[in-house]
Amino acid sequence: MIPLKAYLVLSALLFGIGLAGALSRRNAIMVLIGIELMLNAANLNFIAFWRFHPGTEPLAGVMFVLFSIAIAAGEAAVGLALIIAIYRHYKTTNLDRMDSLKG
Amino acid sequence: MSWISSNLWLIPVLPLLASAVLAVTKQPHRRFAAALAIGSMALACLLSWDAFLTTLHAPAHGGIWRDFHNFRWFQMGDQWLWLGWLLDPLTAVMLVMVSTVGLLIFIYSVGYMEQDANFTRFFCFLALFGSAMLGLVMANSLLLLFICWELVGLTSYLLIGFWYHKPSAAAAATKAFITTRIGDVCFFLGILWLYGQSGTLLFYDHGRGCLEATALTSMVTQTTISGMAISTAIGLLIFCGAVGKSGQVPLHVWLPDAMEGPTPVSALIHAATMVAAGVFLVARVFPLLNASSGGGAEVSGALTVVAWVGSITAVFAACIAVAQTDIKRILAYSTVSQLGYMMLALGVGGYAAGVFHLITHAFFKALLFLGAGSVIHGCHEEQDIRRMGGLRKYMPATFATYAIGMMALAGVPVFFSGFWSKDDILHSAFAWPVSKGPFFLGLIGAFLTAFYMTRQVCYVFYGDYRSAHGNKRQNKMPHESPAVMTTPLKILAAGAILLGLLGTPAWPWFQDFLTGQHATFRFGQLFEGEVLGLMLLSTLMVAGGIGLGWWLYGLKPATKAEAADPLERVQPAVFGLLREKFRVDEIYAATVIKGTFRLGEICSWFERTVCEGCIRVVTYVALGFSWLNRFADEYVVNLGFDTSCRNLRQSAGLLSSLQDGQVQNYLRVIGVAMAILVLLLVWGGGL
Repeated sequence: MIPLKAYLVLSALLFGIGLAGALSRRNAIMVLIGIELMLNAANLNFIAFWRFHPGTEPLAGVMFVLFSIAIAAGEAAVGLALIIAIYRHYKTTNLDRMDSLKG
Repeated sequence: MSWISSNLWLIPVLPLLASAVLAVTKQPHRRFAAALAIGSMALACLLSWDAFLTTLHAPAHGGIWRDFHNFRWFQMGDQWLWLGWLLDPLTAVMLVMVSTVGLLIFIYSVGYMEQDANFTRFFCFLALFGSAMLGLVMANSLLLLFICWELVGLTSYLLIGFWYHKPSAAAAATKAFITTRIGDVCFFLGILWLYGQSGTLLFYDHGRGCLEATALTSMVTQTTISGMAISTAIGLLIFCGAVGKSGQVPLHVWLPDAMEGPTPVSALIHAATMVAAGVFLVARVFPLLNASSGGGAEVSGALTVVAWVGSITAVFAACIAVAQTDIKRILAYSTVSQLGYMMLALGVGGYAAGVFHLITHAFFKALLFLGAGSVIHGCHEEQDIRRMGGLRKYMPATFATYAIGMMALAGVPVFFSGFWSKDDILHSAFAWPVSKGPFFLGLIGAFLTAFYMTRQVCYVFYGDYRSAHGNKRQNKMPHESPAVMTTPLKILAAGAILLGLLGTPAWPWFQDFLTGQHATFRFGQLFEGEVLGLMLLSTLMVAGGIGLGWWLYGLKPATKAEAADPLERVQPAVFGLLREKFRVDEIYAATVIKGTFRLGEICSWFERTVCEGCIRVVTYVALGFSWLNRFADEYVVNLGFDTSCRNLRQSAGLLSSLQDGQVQNYLRVIGVAMAILVLLLVWGGGL
């Protein structure tokens, strides 16, 4: 049986790759993909901890993760819609050019 | 109560409307302008004749018939100011005179002003003048009279300065306006005093008016400085206005200069109507001037002044007229002199004689001025009588009518109106109980009048044409004026002859009409008392004047324009003094005008040094206070607050630079923060 530690390392790797993508890419869609990766790393953590925890309730972790994936899907939809709206307005997806929120 | 007396207001309103329409009419509509002005004046003339006939047929029992309509104008405090119009014999004859003479001069102007670019404006002013003058004579309130009085003054100013591009015309207009203003200030003071005394400015108001017995008795009994009755003082102030308007000495200087205006204006305003307004005013307030504590027997002080001013003016202006060379100026001084006669008549109590002379004078002086206009027009705008001559041959119609006007003015016996009215005045002056001085001055004036008129006619109409550019090849010879100009002359000439028949001692219809008596034919009166003797005396004077004039100027007419005047050869010093108008203008320039300038300089100096210094001191004090205030504000009140505000803004600027709008920077901060959190948890928490 694969130990819990392997899952956690994979999850940490996924999170790190996502964070690196979100921070380094200029394209808004790539940033969104990085965020999705970070989210999936968190989901992997959830399900791993549920699986290795003694005396767990059946289905609780799976439900949790499914719920989280559904919300992530909604979030992705909203994010993409935002990106399209911004693209229509600025004619670009380069995040450096979108700084009208500055104080 | 007839239709006309309750609708008398229509007479001045018609020309007023015409003038209002003409004020917004464009210059090219010449025919329309002339038609409108003449049409409105003709209607006013018809209504005036209607009013006159109504007065004529009014029941003449119990003194003078009069009908008046008063209305409220506006409220002042708890008092109402009333205006109104009045129809009595004096108003009726004045209305007829003003509208008839006015109508004829309007028609004449169509010919005279034909070439002028501002034809429409001219008729606009003329109509306004007609309206104001008609309003003046029918006013039943001293206030309404004063309003119209100022309006005629304004139109006089506008019309004298009608050719405003000539500097002399502009100066003459200003001079006329300012000189009459001196009299008008006194007039206005008189009005205010009268209002203060009697509480009303209406002349007649069923016993409450200021010319009626109640008000007069109270004003006669009260006295002011040095025992003068208040009525006398008010009367003298009002007379000052008349002195200004009617060009009496010492305010006569503006009238000869007013001849800078177009000749119809001189005829209408400065000979026939407006200058007679002063005489009319004295006639209108005659009861006030005549009022004295001793009843009818005693001569009031105000009338004595009027008589002396009038008689001095009559001789003074006639003397100047002898030496003038401008055809219109001679007539202007003659007008001043004749106005003096009218004042003299009113002053010595010959109320009807003065008004009679006013009416006859209006006709023959308008005739003379229009004739002079025709002469000037015919001689290509030449006004110097020395460069005329021999016009009898070139302008027969003008010559005939001018001669009639001249004989009427000179007072040639029996056939001409001027003789009868002047004789009436001399008769009144002879009967004056105070002094015979005005009578003798009047006789001298009659002699001088005959003399200078003969001189003028000889110069203008006899001899040969003396103009420098008068040769036949250049077609520059004098020519007769068109019919539109000569027809009014003929009508006025008829008036100048026929009017005299209304006021002869044998049938003094005019005088009786004015004083409200029934006229009867009294042929025998011609031979009663001193009437015939006085007539003979004045005839002698006139014959002497004409004879001397003919002897000096008619027998050997001057042949060259530069030739010296025969009188000048005899008495150069006196003649020079007369030609320079007794140097009155120069005296005024040296005294009154210079004094005014000096006063202005003193005022200016005072203003610059004293007033301005005070203001400067105040300014500096205020400035010092404001410096102090600013200091306290900046360093005491605001210092701490300002510093904290500045620091707050700087720190806010620093903070706001963190929020640069770059989403990824935010994410980086979050990432770094999380990493630090994890490290803290790993090392610090003992996980």
